[in-house]
Amino acid sequence: MIRTAATILRKDLRIELRTRESVPAMALFTVTVYVLFHFGLDRDSLDGELASGVLWVTLLLATVIGVSRLFATEREQGGIDALLLAPVDRTALFLAKAAALFLYLLALEVVAVPAFGLLLLGPDLVDTLPELPAILLLADVGLASVGALVAALAIETRARELIVPLLLLPLLVPLLIGAASATEPLLRGDQAAEGLGRFLALLAAYDAVFVLIAVAVFDFLLDD
Amino acid sequence: MYSKGFRPLSIAAVLATGTALALIFFYAPNDADQGFIQKIFYVHVPMAIVALGGFVAGGIMGIRHLRTGDRSWDMRSYVAIHLSIILGAGVLITGAIWAKASWGHWWVWDEPVLVSFLVVWLLYCVYYPLRYSIEDPDRQARYSSVFAIAAGAFVPINFVAVRLAEAYTHPRVLSQTGGSLPGEMRLTFLVSTLAMTLLFVTLWKLELTSKHASMQLKRLRRRLEATA
Repeated sequence: MIRTAATILRKDLRIELRTRESVPAMALFTVTVYVLFHFGLDRDSLDGELASGVLWVTLLLATVIGVSRLFATEREQGGIDALLLAPVDRTALFLAKAAALFLYLLALEVVAVPAFGLLLLGPDLVDTLPELPAILLLADVGLASVGALVAALAIETRARELIVPLLLLPLLVPLLIGAASATEPLLRGDQAAEGLGRFLALLAAYDAVFVLIAVAVFDFLLDD
Repeated sequence: MYSKGFRPLSIAAVLATGTALALIFFYAPNDADQGFIQKIFYVHVPMAIVALGGFVAGGIMGIRHLRTGDRSWDMRSYVAIHLSIILGAGVLITGAIWAKASWGHWWVWDEPVLVSFLVVWLLYCVYYPLRYSIEDPDRQARYSSVFAIAAGAFVPINFVAVRLAEAYTHPRVLSQTGGSLPGEMRLTFLVSTLAMTLLFVTLWKLELTSKHASMQLKRLRRRLEATA
């Protein structure tokens, strides 16, 4: 199963490397949204709750783009039938798609977080983020598993572009609460990281529940 | 098929609702500092409990559907979620009225239960566009059940998360519906919850029966057209 998943993942990554469709679009989108926030809030630099909220809401919106493109190549070129005809375990398919989305998100954050620091954070806050990678990693697991589940749920619907954000964003509210609240003290500058463990635990619990649910129900999606 | 025991159930629902209303208006005392408006509590909170119960029950019926492959379980899950969404709209409206009367604002963000409820309700509203944009009936049932399961599991997680976020800014020791109700209020509350539950189950059975009947009618009509 792991081997099958790795093969599908390799295929997806190769397509992404050659077409450069999802990740650059997501990165461009986040930078644009930062510019929008700059003008919308009329602030040159942010800190605390506002900074953490802007960072995470932007990442969540970029995830919507990644999720709605997750099965795009298969759908547009008909590869999905071949994939489903092949004796491939659906769990392997889920793992591959979630892993692909996870890697896209990591690649996105490599661009988006420094861009955020550069464009919107005050100069003294930029290098005060030692815990941020842990929060990002935990959040990405949740984003990737919920994202892959939602992408599969929406694939058979007629109004896919509508269903994905409407379904994904409310599902991500607990993740946003955990991630934004964990990041907020880091961006306040006074380094009092109170309650960090609690929100990391919330993120980890969210990840565990949704990975398990997705693995359990994925068998019933994407058949025939 | 769905109408077994419908008559006694509906009589019980009518009796319980009548008793609950009588208790609310004539038996339960007026709240010391909120006065008469506090009585909306006996509608608002049971409605919220029953709606959440309906969402979770819809998820469990979704599991039964995927386990057994019997589409009638998807129909049960659909009707439970459908009724819960309607009740949910009632919860949000009564919650807003209560908030306006006792805090002076139509919406307050530091009430974690109401905020969580809004998130859950927004998620479940997507059930309709998801369900009705899938044409193949078998697939529609399967995808709807998957949604019902994922959303049903989401309900408790979301409540914990919103409460954590609120506890972080506004420490709260006891929920106001917990243990501290005086006897008369508690009795009224319990009877109201029972009445709301019976009402929900009755409406659920009614809707299932009517859906079943109209489906059978459609089938018969199709057969008639085929022979004519």
